[in-house]
Amino acid sequence: MTAEPVLQVRNLDVNFATPQGAVAAVSGVSFDVRAGECLAVVGESGSGKTQVLMACLGLLASNGTARGSALFAGKELIGANERELNRVRGTGIGLLSQDPLSSLTPHLRIETLLTEGLVDRGLATRIKARQRALQALAEVDIPEPEARLRQYPHELSGGMLQRVALAAALMCSPQLLFADEPTTALDVSVQARVLELLAKVRDRGAGVLIITHDLGVVAGLADRVAVMYAGRIVETATTDGLFAAPEHPYTAALLAAVPRLHGDAQARLVGIPGDPPQPSARPPGCAFAPRCERAVDTCSESRPELTQCASRNQLGAVQGESGAATTARNAPITAVACHRPLQAAAEIA
Amino acid sequence: MSVALPLLQVERASVRYTLRGAGLLAPARSLDALSDVSIAIREGGRLGVVGESGSGKSTLARVVLGLVRMQSGRVAWEGRTVDYDDAPAMRSLRREMQVVFQDPFGSLDPRMTAGQAVGEALQALAGPVASVAAQDRIRAALSDVGLASAFANRYPHEMSGGQCQRVAIARAIVARPRLLVCDEAVSALDVSVQAQIVNLLHELSERYQMSLLFISHNLAVVRHLCDDVAVLCRGRLVEQGSRDAIFDDPQAQYTRDLLAAVPRLPGAPVRNY
Repeated sequence: MTAEPVLQVRNLDVNFATPQGAVAAVSGVSFDVRAGECLAVVGESGSGKTQVLMACLGLLASNGTARGSALFAGKELIGANERELNRVRGTGIGLLSQDPLSSLTPHLRIETLLTEGLVDRGLATRIKARQRALQALAEVDIPEPEARLRQYPHELSGGMLQRVALAAALMCSPQLLFADEPTTALDVSVQARVLELLAKVRDRGAGVLIITHDLGVVAGLADRVAVMYAGRIVETATTDGLFAAPEHPYTAALLAAVPRLHGDAQARLVGIPGDPPQPSARPPGCAFAPRCERAVDTCSESRPELTQCASRNQLGAVQGESGAATTARNAPITAVACHRPLQAAAEIA
Repeated sequence: MSVALPLLQVERASVRYTLRGAGLLAPARSLDALSDVSIAIREGGRLGVVGESGSGKSTLARVVLGLVRMQSGRVAWEGRTVDYDDAPAMRSLRREMQVVFQDPFGSLDPRMTAGQAVGEALQALAGPVASVAAQDRIRAALSDVGLASAFANRYPHEMSGGQCQRVAIARAIVARPRLLVCDEAVSALDVSVQAQIVNLLHELSERYQMSLLFISHNLAVVRHLCDDVAVLCRGRLVEQGSRDAIFDDPQAQYTRDLLAAVPRLPGAPVRNY
C-alpha cells in the first residue's frame, strides 16, 4: 500500500501551563494515517493519546499549546486560525467521542444535530441535508430513520446514540475519522456493531484514527498500531506484528493484562505493577523503566529513541509495506523505543 | 439437601419500575427490570452476573443490598429471610455485606482523605473503635489492597483511578464483610489496572473466604474471576452454571451471541458459538 497519507503528524509536542509549571502531555509524536487505513493509538489514561487528537483539531484547553506539524491533505493544522480549522472540522475530519450523551446537544432533535453542520456551512439546503441525514442513519443501521429524526438524544439507548453520533460524524463524508475511545461506554454486543461500522468507513476509503486502551478493540479493526506511554510513542507496528511479536516490554505487558475467553481460566491476569508516572514527574530515562522487569541501569539514565526494527521491516517487505514506502517522508511502520527490546536488537535505520 | 446452606439466596425476585408516561397526561408505564430471578452464592464463592445494559444485573445487586424493593420474591442470608425494614437487623447485615461501585471518583467523598474514608466506614460498621486500634485497622485495610500507609493522607484528586478503586475496596472490606457486591467495579479502569484489581479481588476473596457477587458486562473478566456465572437478558435469567459450563458449552443462544461479540485476539482459537 503506497497510498498518500491523509494525515501526517511530525514531532508533535503538547504542553500545558499549570500553576506548578509546564507539563508535557505529548512529546515528539510522529505518525501517518493513510486513506483506507485504520491506525490505532493505544495507551493507558494519561498517556496523552486524546491530546494528540485535540491538538490536530485545535481543541486544546486554553492553557495548552501545540508545537510541531500536523498536515491534513497538505494543510498545516498546528497553529492554523479558527477559520481555517472550521473548514476542516466536521467536513475534512469527523470526530466520534467516547460519550455520545455528552457529545450530542440534549435540547436539539436528531435532525438538527445531523444537519446543522451541512446547513450552517452552506453545503446543502435544509431539504438536501435532511435526505443526507436519512441516508447517514440508514448507513449506520438505525431502524426507522424518519422517526429518529424527530427524537431527542435522551430518547435513544446508548448504543443507538453512539451510532447516531457516528452518522453525524459522517454527514460531510470526511476523509479522516477520529474515534476517541468510541466503544468504552458500550456493551460487547453494541461494541461489535460500532466496530463493524468503523471498518465499513475505512473500507470505503476514509482514514480512521482510533484511540483506545483496549487491545481487543484494536485486534479486529486496526491495520497498524502506535503504542503510547507517558506522552511518547514507544512502539509502532502492524497489528499482526504487534500481537505476534511485541517488541516493547510495555506492549507485551499490556497484552498480558487482557482477560481472555480462551486458555487457562484459572491463570491469574498479569497486571502491570505500579502506575504511569505523573506528567509533571516523569523519570529522566525510559518512562517505563520503573515498572519494567527488563530494566537495567541504562534504562533509567538515557531515554531510548524510536528506532526502526530490522526484524519487522523484513516482515513488512513480505507484505509489500516497507522498502519504497518507508522513505524519509513517511513515519516508520515498525519501530520501538527501548534499550532492551524483546524480539531482536533494534537497528538504527 | 446439602450440608451447608448457601450464604446468600435470591429466590424468584421480581422488580417492576414505574415510568412516567410519554406525555403529561399519558398513563404511567411500567418496566419489568427483574422477573423471577433466582441465584445462590456459597460461602467464599464468586458468582459473576453478566448481561447487556438494561438486563437487570445492577437491579439484582440493588435488591441484594436493599436499595430497591422487590414486588415479589425473597432474599435469604444463611437460610433466613432478610427483612429490609428491620433496621437493627439491617445494621448488622450491612457489616456482612458491602459494595464497590463502578466510578472510583464518584464513590469517594472529595473532601475526605483515604484514611478518613476507610475510618468512617469502620466506625459506622464496627461501632466505636479506640483510635489507636482504628488506625491499625485502617492501615491494615489499606495494606490489604496494596496501598502504602502514606496513602491514608491522600485525597481522591491526588490519586489515580486505580488507586481510588483500591481505597473504595479497602473501605468495603475494613469491617471484614462476608459478601462483597461489585457493580461494574473494574469497568471504568484501563486494562493494566483492571488486571490488578481483578487479581486483588481474587486474592481477598481467597484470603478471607469472602464471597463475591460480581456484576459485569465484561465476560472475559468474569471468566478469570468467578467460579459460577449467571446470564441475564431483559430481566430474566437465561442461563446459570459453572464457569466452564457457561464458557465452554453455553446452552442459551443469548449466551452464545454475547460470547461471539467479544473481540477475538489474534492467536485465539476460532470457535463457533
